[in-house]
Amino acid sequence: MKGRKGIILAGGLVGIISVLLVHFGNPANMGFCIACFIRDIAGGIGLHRAEVVQYIRPEVIGLVLGAFIISFKSREFESRGGSSPFIRFILGTVVMIGALIFLGCPLRMVLRLGGGDLNAIFGIAGFIFGIFIGVQFLNKGFNLKRNYRLAGSEGYVFPVVNVGLFILLLVAPTSIFFSESGPGSLTAPMAMSLIAGLIVGVLAQRTRLCMVGGTRDMILFKDSYLLLGFVSIIVFSFIANKIFGYFTLGFEGQPVAHTDGLWNFLGMTLVGWGSILLGGCPLRQLILSGEGNTDSVVSVMGMLVGAAIAHNFGLASSAEGVTANGKIAVIICFVFLGVISYVNSEGLVKKRLKTREMV
Amino acid sequence: MMKKIDTCGMSCPQPVLMTKNALDSSPDGLDILVDNNTARENVERFLKHSGYSVLVKEEGDIFTLEARK
Repeated sequence: MKGRKGIILAGGLVGIISVLLVHFGNPANMGFCIACFIRDIAGGIGLHRAEVVQYIRPEVIGLVLGAFIISFKSREFESRGGSSPFIRFILGTVVMIGALIFLGCPLRMVLRLGGGDLNAIFGIAGFIFGIFIGVQFLNKGFNLKRNYRLAGSEGYVFPVVNVGLFILLLVAPTSIFFSESGPGSLTAPMAMSLIAGLIVGVLAQRTRLCMVGGTRDMILFKDSYLLLGFVSIIVFSFIANKIFGYFTLGFEGQPVAHTDGLWNFLGMTLVGWGSILLGGCPLRQLILSGEGNTDSVVSVMGMLVGAAIAHNFGLASSAEGVTANGKIAVIICFVFLGVISYVNSEGLVKKRLKTREMV
Repeated sequence: MMKKIDTCGMSCPQPVLMTKNALDSSPDGLDILVDNNTARENVERFLKHSGYSVLVKEEGDIFTLEARK
């Protein structure tokens, strides 16, 4: 499954599987949403107490384990890490906050469009704008320095933790939380969610599917490979939504969405820009986490904490709209991304040092 | 002696960016060291798109991509 056909097929399957998950119980236009699902897991293990979004989502566990199994089999699994871990942690937090302002990660953004939610257009515009900003810094030499090969056991810990999380879900002790209403209570059967995650995890690992990589590679290298996956998800989720009768075109009354165009745009600008600095979208971070990349594990942990912060501090949006705290958080996150982008862009920093020498 | 760049440890898109920048100063060809499959595929795809022939040599965990015009 190599090349352009492979990525189109993978994107198509992701689109179709997502609609199937909705058919079997997931919230509308949320067959997959990495941000929402990590947020639900944060709630499930009690890191936040927003009662409507608490459930240990087996899709996430499946994605990680699918990527782990296939990378192990194809000998691509390798324990690596050490590339600016704490910056990555905070970038993960920023990406999560941006996603919860918009109400969806880049994957749900395209699934929302495929379901007819036109608010996603503002999200996509902001996302592309964010990618464009990030690419400017990449061109100025932005990087988070190299990673290193780590002790063999390091990369196995995260997949094992995910197995533990699944056992926790199965045993369901009273200390974990299950939403009784709201999006967190809408779930496909556990086994089906896990299998869907496993399949998509394998597909995404093999094809390197990444929502942010498509636009980035197009701008940087005129390379359309990853963008084909992005478009394929929209097209196939649209077709599947049409077949099941879920497609409803419009802005108002869309499921788990609000109509504030400006903040939809700005939220996804944060996600696009932050993901460029991380080197991949939230889905890609999960997949790399399964491949033994602990820098990505740290990013995912940042997202988990970001989700808890977003709900504990009242930053996350809801169908009613964006909160005042959320707007303040977006502005703080923009300042943070600006500083991180600048100080890690070798071209810009060298130029400043040179100017100082001349004075 | 062909110019050589080492992209080991860098995650995507860095290896491709480094390759692109290095080709600006040595357009005739380049040897690129990469240490993971994703980077190998991405750099190879970029080079072929840019009209280079690519020979991949594997030594242990390190690939050397020899790009020639």
